Amino acid sequence: MEPEKFGAHSRRTFLKSLGTVAATAATAQVQSVAQELEKANAEKVVGPGAVPVTLKVNGKPLKLMLEPRVTLLDALRNYSNVTGPKEGCDRATCGACTVLVDDLPVYSCQKLAIEAQGAEITTVEGLAKDGKLTPVQQAFWDKDALQCGYCTPGFIMSVTALLKFNPHPTADEVKHACAGNLCRCGTHPHILQAALQAAGVDIPNKTEVINA
Amino acid sequence: MPSWPANTKYISQSTKRVDAVAKVTGSAHYSSDIQASGWLYGMILRSKWPAAKISDINLDKALQVPGIKAAVKARDGEFTVRFYGEELAAVAGTTKQACLDALHAIEVKAEPRQEFVVREDDAMKDGAAQVWDGVPNVSTGKVRETGTVDQAFTECAAVIEGFYSAPVQLHHPMETHGNTVSWTDDGVTAWASTQGVSSVRDGLAGALKLDQSQVRVLTDFMGGGFGSKLGGGVEGVLAARLSREAKAPVRLMLTRFDNALAVGNRPSSFQKIKIGALADGTLHAFEMENYGTAGIGAGADQGGGGGGAQIPAPYIYKVPNTRVKQSAVAVNAGSSRAFRAPSHPPASFGMESAMDDLAAKLGIDPLEFRLKNDSNEVRQREYKIGAEKFGWKEKYQKPGGSPGVVKTGIGCAGANWPAGGPSRRTQGEAQINPDGSVEFRLGVQDIGTGTKTVIAVVAAEMLGLKPEQITVKVGDTNYPPGPASGGSTTCASISPTVYDICTKALDQLQTQSGIADARGDNWFAACKKLGVTPLVVHGTWIEGLSTRPAYGVQFAEVDVDTETGLVTLKKVVAVHDCGLIVDKLTTESQINGGIIMGMGYALYEERVMDDLSGVVLNPNFETYKLSGIADVPEIEVFLINMPERGVIGIGEPATVPTAAAIGNAVFNAIGARVGSLPITPAKILAALGKVPPVAKS
Repeated sequence: MEPEKFGAHSRRTFLKSLGTVAATAATAQVQSVAQELEKANAEKVVGPGAVPVTLKVNGKPLKLMLEPRVTLLDALRNYSNVTGPKEGCDRATCGACTVLVDDLPVYSCQKLAIEAQGAEITTVEGLAKDGKLTPVQQAFWDKDALQCGYCTPGFIMSVTALLKFNPHPTADEVKHACAGNLCRCGTHPHILQAALQAAGVDIPNKTEVINA
Repeated sequence: MPSWPANTKYISQSTKRVDAVAKVTGSAHYSSDIQASGWLYGMILRSKWPAAKISDINLDKALQVPGIKAAVKARDGEFTVRFYGEELAAVAGTTKQACLDALHAIEVKAEPRQEFVVREDDAMKDGAAQVWDGVPNVSTGKVRETGTVDQAFTECAAVIEGFYSAPVQLHHPMETHGNTVSWTDDGVTAWASTQGVSSVRDGLAGALKLDQSQVRVLTDFMGGGFGSKLGGGVEGVLAARLSREAKAPVRLMLTRFDNALAVGNRPSSFQKIKIGALADGTLHAFEMENYGTAGIGAGADQGGGGGGAQIPAPYIYKVPNTRVKQSAVAVNAGSSRAFRAPSHPPASFGMESAMDDLAAKLGIDPLEFRLKNDSNEVRQREYKIGAEKFGWKEKYQKPGGSPGVVKTGIGCAGANWPAGGPSRRTQGEAQINPDGSVEFRLGVQDIGTGTKTVIAVVAAEMLGLKPEQITVKVGDTNYPPGPASGGSTTCASISPTVYDICTKALDQLQTQSGIADARGDNWFAACKKLGVTPLVVHGTWIEGLSTRPAYGVQFAEVDVDTETGLVTLKKVVAVHDCGLIVDKLTTESQINGGIIMGMGYALYEERVMDDLSGVVLNPNFETYKLSGIADVPEIEVFLINMPERGVIGIGEPATVPTAAAIGNAVFNAIGARVGSLPITPAKILAALGKVPPVAKS
């Protein structure tokens, strides 16, 4: 059975209802919104206790019991053992948790797990097939585009998503695509080189060793 | 005396990081990824008051929250908290959600104190609230004086006075602080996000009153520390106590918010500098009064002014007549910790800014002024190389000489990192198996600097193998002890140790196998002759293959928009030395990292506190700004290879001069000094007289 998109479903219904509300008299508006909200929620009350949730992660179904407030990141890292996506802030500011949801890069800390049902979720663990690194992963290795490596899964997912939609990005387009990812070790120049290498542009390393 | 091989296959070349595949595929398990069997989630309740007397903490209701398995108080009985974010209690439960609910259910009886102080200036006033009862907020070290300062100033042809300041900077490693701790009858196992497995082991054993042999610390991968992760911390002890109580492993990683409050920072620095030179441009007199805060970790009577004030002055220069007075100031804020090149970036910013201000007054090129006054031969060479690569002569204009609305400027500064040498107590071992496989085991840790790669590179070079043939194991207190990764000491500690292990291993292998040279092509034949017993060889750090200090200079070019105040860092040229370069690729990564962290210090980073409520106003990344990929300039790195000096660390010197070079480039662009970091658009516009000065935070 196709898992139901609880979040998306109820929000759409609610928004549709709001359209009706806007046409009613202003004085009755607040009350109407409350009523409409109640009606929309009555269609499908979820939680607050744990509910069955099925996620499709790296091509495989993942069946979990989760409270509706559990984020996709939390579900992956703490209710399962998919720890590639990292928690750096848990509030959509660092990008270490970036995963692909139907090919789009998403902060998994800002999406509820129940809302991610029915989507194809790809984490850094799902990129290499049969032990063969993707060009992006290979380029990150070649160019030393990582130091401590904690932000690396997030950057790799952002660059992977970029190259899917734009196989030949400019340096500025790479920077734009990675604007939502932070790195404290300061690996950015190598990340830029790696992204361009994965897109087929080799940036020669300029560092020069001067022998005494 | 041992010496490094002259013609190398791997040393000083670019070897790709040996643990990178695990990092790019997500199979690298960081401390925050550990899922020990039956593990529980842990969280800490923190003080919401900057100062309060805590009379009671009741955990009963928290323990009734479904899923909660343990709760502990940070301290028993009545106690005082002295900063916003100090630990009060901790809980462990089956889910994060249960822990969040439980933190709300903890009842704290507190008497908040209205008397607290979070600003350095306020804390120094007469009658200021005392951070520590009965102890003055301000500690005044002895005045250090050489020569005859007052008279010397009268002999100077030019004298300037300036006030230079740098704010409290937060470490913010991407992986927050924390551990998974399992406490059973057999002892404690801690998977720690740390820079020092041994220091965490000793710290936890002391705090938990266990034998050191009962504590094992493991760090396979960790997500950065920059000086702030040298001990197990309060959070480590709380995780252990929760584990004992719950009879289950507890993973207690701090939140980003926690990380901004309670696990260290770089102290602030406020420097009043007066400096003078003779008519020929020779530095002649220097006077500085400076203060800074290390939060609650300052203020006790510390000789020399410690606790945040003690910075080297007049930094890398020799001035015959100097007077320095340093004071540490206590405020109600989290304590400082070591932060990448402690005390050097602020020292560099103050002194190098004053140097450019004085050069401007003398009407000479600031690079020429440095070459005249910096007697260090290595930096002399580095300045000359850097100036040529950067195009200093072609680009240089007098301060404010750049035309137009968007003005271009250039600046430079020098570094000195006196640590970076070895820990002489470093040990390690190798196990060489009859099938030719070889494993190196050292009780150090790879904090992202490339420690595992360095071990593989040196071992491969010495044994005539390829780096990928070397299995490297670090991050375990069961291995022979090594130093904590602080002071840029790891590389200079482990390289000679691996050299020693390899020399001894080859000696033994050659004796046992009867093969005269067991290296390279003969390796497998020699190992086969071991029969069924692997060869285990122990080695130590040996003299003659490592040293200190490191130097380095950097040049910066900026654009400053005089209408918006925006500073764009366009280019940095960095010339650095670290003796014998072990791996070029990871060395370059560390220098890039140092520059980018220094750029944040120059332009973006500052912990902001509210003096009315005592809280940290920017505890997360949406308000505490780190440099992003679009901010990062073109960086060119030049490495001077000096094998005869042996191995020296590079992680810290690379971040020392960046902020000073950027500050000087801004001064050169607009002809006015912004003496306060970070150099924000508001401060630029104020320096240009276009808006009123920014109120001090």
